[in-house]
Amino acid sequence: MARFRHLISIDDLSKEDIIYILDRAEEYEEIARGKGMSRILEGKILANVFFEPSTRTRMSFEAAMKRLGGDVINMTAQEASSVAKGETLADTIKVIGKYADAIVLRHPLEGAARFAAEHSEVPIINAGDGAGQHPTQTLLDLYTIRKESSLEGLKIALMGDLKYSRTVHSLIKALTLFDAEIYLVSPPSLALPSDFLEGIDGRIYTAQLDEIIEEIDVLYVTRIQKERFPDEEEYRKVAGSYKVTADTLRRARDSLIVMHPLPRVDEIDVSVDATKHAKYFQQTFYGVPVRMAILSEVML
Amino acid sequence: MTEQLAVSKIKEGTVIDHINAGKALLVLKILGISAGSKERVLMAMNVPSRKMGRKDIVKVEGKFIGEEELNRIALIAPKATINLIKDYEIYKKFRVVLPETVEGVLTCPNRHCITNSREPIVRRFNVSMVDDSVVVKCHYCGRKITEVDKYIVST
Repeated sequence: MARFRHLISIDDLSKEDIIYILDRAEEYEEIARGKGMSRILEGKILANVFFEPSTRTRMSFEAAMKRLGGDVINMTAQEASSVAKGETLADTIKVIGKYADAIVLRHPLEGAARFAAEHSEVPIINAGDGAGQHPTQTLLDLYTIRKESSLEGLKIALMGDLKYSRTVHSLIKALTLFDAEIYLVSPPSLALPSDFLEGIDGRIYTAQLDEIIEEIDVLYVTRIQKERFPDEEEYRKVAGSYKVTADTLRRARDSLIVMHPLPRVDEIDVSVDATKHAKYFQQTFYGVPVRMAILSEVML
Repeated sequence: MTEQLAVSKIKEGTVIDHINAGKALLVLKILGISAGSKERVLMAMNVPSRKMGRKDIVKVEGKFIGEEELNRIALIAPKATINLIKDYEIYKKFRVVLPETVEGVLTCPNRHCITNSREPIVRRFNVSMVDDSVVVKCHYCGRKITEVDKYIVST
């Protein structure tokens, strides 16, 4: 019996569900690297239904499915706009459910995945609904922390755009399940919305990076988007002061890891790539075993 | 002026009392009573009340409104009381209870929410009390609403 039929939001998962998925992902890691074979999803078809462009999430799901012996059909954003002209999402989901055993959905509107699940005969996996949820990103973030650092007694700083970043919002909720100590580092205009913390019970503090850099185990950096600022100069000023360089990490613990959901723009200088702290490319690889665990959970 | 003088008695139907002052029109909206409705409706606004200072009253003649529908009134008037009347006498009296979820009665302020698209969808909200105020949360996008009054739609 699967622990969940659809994966819509990280909020729908318990701590035990999350640990279960991370454990399963660990079992798949070697296969994800191309070492060893699995055919457990042979004969199954996954439909990637993308109403918005996203190369890497789509490719990561495709790789995960193929590593388990399954096949993939795709509807890209361009096809979505022409093929499904005038068709409701409810109908599109019902039709594609006749071709595939599960659907990965990315849609520009918030709540689209939950709505799709209500109309779908096959499992729906949310691959991002507007500014809403992106649970597989959160699970791969947690997996990266567990593999490269530790989820026990974790001290983590989240830096960058904490106001609009769905990645950060979902990650904060999940991290409180693990009783992590969370430091929020952001320009005032991109601080975490105060009502976000209502009902969230956790050790969450605002800080400056130089005050905590010696203490933390994980530095999670997110992109500061230009369009959030009234003018170019203001953006440059803020973005410049929230940039991580090899020098920023001079006082950090040896074991500190730096993460980023990618793509990065200027937030992490390339000088960091060569340090032992850089784990963001590893993080993106971990998306494959984590998605293998999710696919096998909903499709078997 | 007493309450009895403010609105005349009805022979049969539903009386909604102890509505927060100024909210009677919203109560009608929640109940789907509008200009085209056929019900005979009596309404009093800003009536003096011992318990509430001022209150509104709505009487709907000839119609026994269902409890589930009436409980939606708790979204804007959590202290409202209901009297069901037969032959000018109260035969059932109860207080509205805040429902755990409401469907169709509110609209989501998030313009990027799937409920504001042309999908075949019934808007659903989860309801809770936070510090004596009603807070609702969109079932689909998760947006919280504290000023519930602003987002009532006619059912």
